[in-house]
Amino acid sequence: MKQFSVTAMPGFAFIAILGFVLLYVPILTLVTYSFNGAATMTSWGGFSWRWYGAAWANVDVQSATIRSLVIASWATLISVVLATPVALATTRTAAFKGQSFIYLYTNQTLVVPEIVPAVALLIFFAALKTWTGYQGLAYLIAAHTMWCIPLAYLPIRARLEGMDLSLETAAADLYATRWQTLRHVTLPLLMPGILAGAMLCFITSLDTVVITEFVKSAGQETLATYMLGQFRRGITAEINAISTVLLMLTIVLLFAFFFLTRKRAA
Amino acid sequence: MTPNQITPASLNPAQRQARADARRNWLLSAPALLFLTAFATLPFLGVLVYSFLTPGQYGNVVWKFSTDGWVGLVLTHDVFDDTLVWADAHLTIIWRTVRLASLTTLITFVIGFPMAWFIATRPPRTRAFWLFLITIPFWTNLLIRTFAINEVIRNEGLINSVLMDLGLISSPIAMIYSDGAVLVGMGYAYLPLMVLPLFAAMDRFDMRLLEAGYDLYASRLTLLWRIVVPVIKPGIIAGCILVFIPALGAYVTPRVLGGGKNMMLGNLIDLQFGQGRNWPLGAAISITLAAVTLVAMLVILRVTTRPAER
Repeated sequence: MKQFSVTAMPGFAFIAILGFVLLYVPILTLVTYSFNGAATMTSWGGFSWRWYGAAWANVDVQSATIRSLVIASWATLISVVLATPVALATTRTAAFKGQSFIYLYTNQTLVVPEIVPAVALLIFFAALKTWTGYQGLAYLIAAHTMWCIPLAYLPIRARLEGMDLSLETAAADLYATRWQTLRHVTLPLLMPGILAGAMLCFITSLDTVVITEFVKSAGQETLATYMLGQFRRGITAEINAISTVLLMLTIVLLFAFFFLTRKRAA
Repeated sequence: MTPNQITPASLNPAQRQARADARRNWLLSAPALLFLTAFATLPFLGVLVYSFLTPGQYGNVVWKFSTDGWVGLVLTHDVFDDTLVWADAHLTIIWRTVRLASLTTLITFVIGFPMAWFIATRPPRTRAFWLFLITIPFWTNLLIRTFAINEVIRNEGLINSVLMDLGLISSPIAMIYSDGAVLVGMGYAYLPLMVLPLFAAMDRFDMRLLEAGYDLYASRLTLLWRIVVPVIKPGIIAGCILVFIPALGAYVTPRVLGGGKNMMLGNLIDLQFGQGRNWPLGAAISITLAAVTLVAMLVILRVTTRPAER
């Protein structure tokens, strides 16, 4: 392309390509080592699926995976159920007193590092655990939900802001009740936003390691805390295998997310 | 939801409708707001309370007022004569945290800005591809990204094996377990967090402004500095905040790549709730971290909005 372009900045393309290479070399190295047939991480022992087999057969990995999926599913469900009404209340309405308060309050956890709510919930739940005697997964689910709410709220809100009101007005003109309009018009149109928010919650919940580490009771390892714990005892290619699977899961979910949120061609 | 001082009858129908809508909106929001109050706001206030209590012998607290948690943040009792002296270890960690978080923000901006510009200036057909390439690491588990960079810089990692295979070095260069390793790790892990908001702002930027500037004999650097940067400033602010906040509270990266001795505030907090058994001190550090984050955000907003007022 020799055509003159006013948007081309000297050196930018070089740095950009370098940036992409730097982003992907470590990831590809991690994936490559997950297929390392050698018993230690110090040398290359040929291509092998052995670490995937080892991870699959590992009882600790199995229970951590199931626990992660259970927590992520509940946290996603509750976040979406709580965030959708807030999104409805803060978009399709005339400005009302407290509107921006609701917006900021809903997003409050976005502006603190994860360690701060982690400590807060450690203290709070330690007291609750002694008081109630209950040690179960509900604490982790509540913690992840708290952390996920803005991630459900923002995409749903964005979708609502892009939807015009005419279909709902039409429904109202045809004597649909508010509930019927919501049920048969608004929610179906909103579904891509809800699914997008749900996916972000799910990925984030699987990701959340600091809050989980602080809140979990004994024996409640999730995949993330399990991997962090294993790492401390020395790295094995098994962690790489689990990481690669999680990476693939993320990519699949992102493809779905892109598909759901892409702008419809007019 | 203030109490009604005016009777509804004295309002016209439009006002009455507006009131009903506002009430409905508050009711719709109430479950989420209550949930966040219970599990985010109140627990945070709990941390504030705990920072003024006395540490229990085996962790937790004794309900007795004490300011030792806050004093312990910067001062410590001398081991020999029990006088109060500066807690050098803590001050070192606070300084390292602020320094590494700032440098991380700077590095990610320097590399991230050209990346975002590159994506924003691609033709529509290939843009989605580049955007997707940046989105994958954005949403990939932070732990996995940290493990990935570890694969590159550890003693038997990619860099050392390549250099040794080439015969350039005979024994591995020790890169890991240093401040530099933590910085590289955070720069790597947080780069996508900088690129995406910058891209979002550049994507809305009207490139015709550059042609206008160019016609008026502006150099490319002038175009960038006087036209692009002011217009996309919200994206720059968002990117800096998105990187700086998690970098200040970093816990995983320094733990994995810093190897225990290159602690940041997040690890110091963890220590107080674990082996340190000093919950009030841990609580005081957490509050400090939250406060530093808030101040940093205000400073970023302040610094980046000032030129516009001139």
